Amino acid sequence: MLNPELKLNTKLFNDDVEQVPIRKGFGQGLLIAGEADKNVVALCADLTESTQMHSFAEKFPERFIEMGIAEQNLVAVSSGMAAMGKIPFCSSYAMFSPGRSWEQIRTTASYNDQPVKIVGSHAGISVGPDGGTHQALEDIGLMRMIPNMDVISPCDAIEAKKATIALAKIKKPAYIRLVREKTPIITTEETPFEIGKAQIYWMPDVGLAQVGIIVTGGLTHHAMLAAKELEVEGIKTKVMNLSSIKPMDVEAILKLAKETKKIVTVEEHQIAGGMGSTVAEVLIQNYPVVQEFVGVRDVFGQSGKPEELIEHYGMGKDSIKEAVRKVLKRKV
Amino acid sequence: MEVLTDSKIKELQIKANEIRISIIEMLMEAGSGHTAGAMGLADIFTYLYFHGMKHNPKDPFWPDRDRFILSNGHVCPVLYASMAHSGYFPIEELKTLRKFGSRLQGHPHREFMPWLETSSGPLGEGLSQVVGMAIADRIDGKMGERFFYCSLGDGELNEGEIWEAMMLAGKEKLDNIISFVDRNYIQIDGNTEDIMPLEPLADKWKAFNWHVIEADGHDFKSLDEAFEEAKNTKGKPIVIIAKMIPGKGIKEIEGNYKWHGMPPNKEQGARFLEELRILGERL
Repeated sequence: MLNPELKLNTKLFNDDVEQVPIRKGFGQGLLIAGEADKNVVALCADLTESTQMHSFAEKFPERFIEMGIAEQNLVAVSSGMAAMGKIPFCSSYAMFSPGRSWEQIRTTASYNDQPVKIVGSHAGISVGPDGGTHQALEDIGLMRMIPNMDVISPCDAIEAKKATIALAKIKKPAYIRLVREKTPIITTEETPFEIGKAQIYWMPDVGLAQVGIIVTGGLTHHAMLAAKELEVEGIKTKVMNLSSIKPMDVEAILKLAKETKKIVTVEEHQIAGGMGSTVAEVLIQNYPVVQEFVGVRDVFGQSGKPEELIEHYGMGKDSIKEAVRKVLKRKV
Repeated sequence: MEVLTDSKIKELQIKANEIRISIIEMLMEAGSGHTAGAMGLADIFTYLYFHGMKHNPKDPFWPDRDRFILSNGHVCPVLYASMAHSGYFPIEELKTLRKFGSRLQGHPHREFMPWLETSSGPLGEGLSQVVGMAIADRIDGKMGERFFYCSLGDGELNEGEIWEAMMLAGKEKLDNIISFVDRNYIQIDGNTEDIMPLEPLADKWKAFNWHVIEADGHDFKSLDEAFEEAKNTKGKPIVIIAKMIPGKGIKEIEGNYKWHGMPPNKEQGARFLEELRILGERL
């Protein structure tokens, strides 16, 4: 059942569930953050509407900087603005920033301790028809490895809005990962959000869960569907939304591992270095349990429809169910 | 701004020589680091820290100070020496350069030395940060209240990001930026015009809508004219292309690219210090 404490969207399993791009939630959050604090500024590398900065740009033209197609400059200019007291959100496609701007992020934002917010839109395989060059599958790894850098990957548009507002209030660098396509709304305005907190979205009606499914980003709905269908098969699971990959809620992860002894991680990212790897690092050092990884297996993507690609690269609902069945058979 | 009198020029020359002595001492002690660029830049840094720039070592976080951003972080011995000699920290501390736990990191790091405006080392990033700072001042309605100085190496101009920042500064007409290029014609692998030709350099900056001033980087009068012109320029960001002799002050180093990233050993250092001591006496 849905965790009743979190006031999730009760219509999330309906065929006509409302669908909104996660990036759109970011755009709304940026506008709210901008209204609340005049020091919030936005910079974009020629993708203002795509990355949903246009509403901010229209409302606060003097606080929006059009950078042209120059992602290295995008990040370092943001750092300079932060040095003068601004809270810059700088956006491009994730493949280009942090993809191209990684060293600028490391040096001028994190090493330099300036509160630059890196906004990577169009992350993951679900960018679809644009093909492999535009499908960022390495960005979580790239960003989580940098000291002094938070990494947030919201599960839906509402959470993206809340995360953006929260990031504007913290005085440190952060990365927010956004997805292009519409994805189902899972949370509601009432669902709590806190950077560094994981949440259990799905749980057994009674008794303990046999498997813990930990998911981040746009695949959260797939994980929820998988959990619901597995329940019908008699397999009890918990689904944890790990939108805050860094800082990571170690306590919540260990609690889930202790209950289930079996973990499946789900992400639209390379398995190497991604959220699942981060979870594995925590588990192996504290409470080793068996773990299956749902993610991209060391290949590049290609053109196709988002759902078709998620299916092809083994990250959809059925692949998650298969991983759960597999992990159930494994022992430490 | 105080007028640059002949006696002030003499004072600056003596100070620059002291800073060069500190640079040689620091690099000898460290056993690694970049000599030629740091020595060449001693005059322009002396000019800024002891005459041209609005700052207060006794109140390093004074909000209205000019900002100085070292983009070519590897020449930091000249920055550290200028800061120490102007009173930010004790001169003796210069000898901790590149040592474990030192505030004087091999390339500048704000976490270790909070008075730095930025950390640097990876090339090509300082100008972008200066552009961001200058835009922030425009947003806050503070144009003309202070300047953002940026030290650039000429080899550093190979970096693509520099040209991204140049385009943006030109587009935004940021006349609160005064950058200068250490035009010393050397980089690690050789002479700049062999490695990656930059000429016609002034025309390139002009084409990006910058106001270009050329100066002699070792002549305080020329530097003063250049920075005064820069401060009075409106509507365009300013770059001073300062002709510099790498290793200035030490005949053996002057103009030799091999000294770009090499420190003097004890024997060389002793000779160089003697050369600078004699130079100082003549002043």
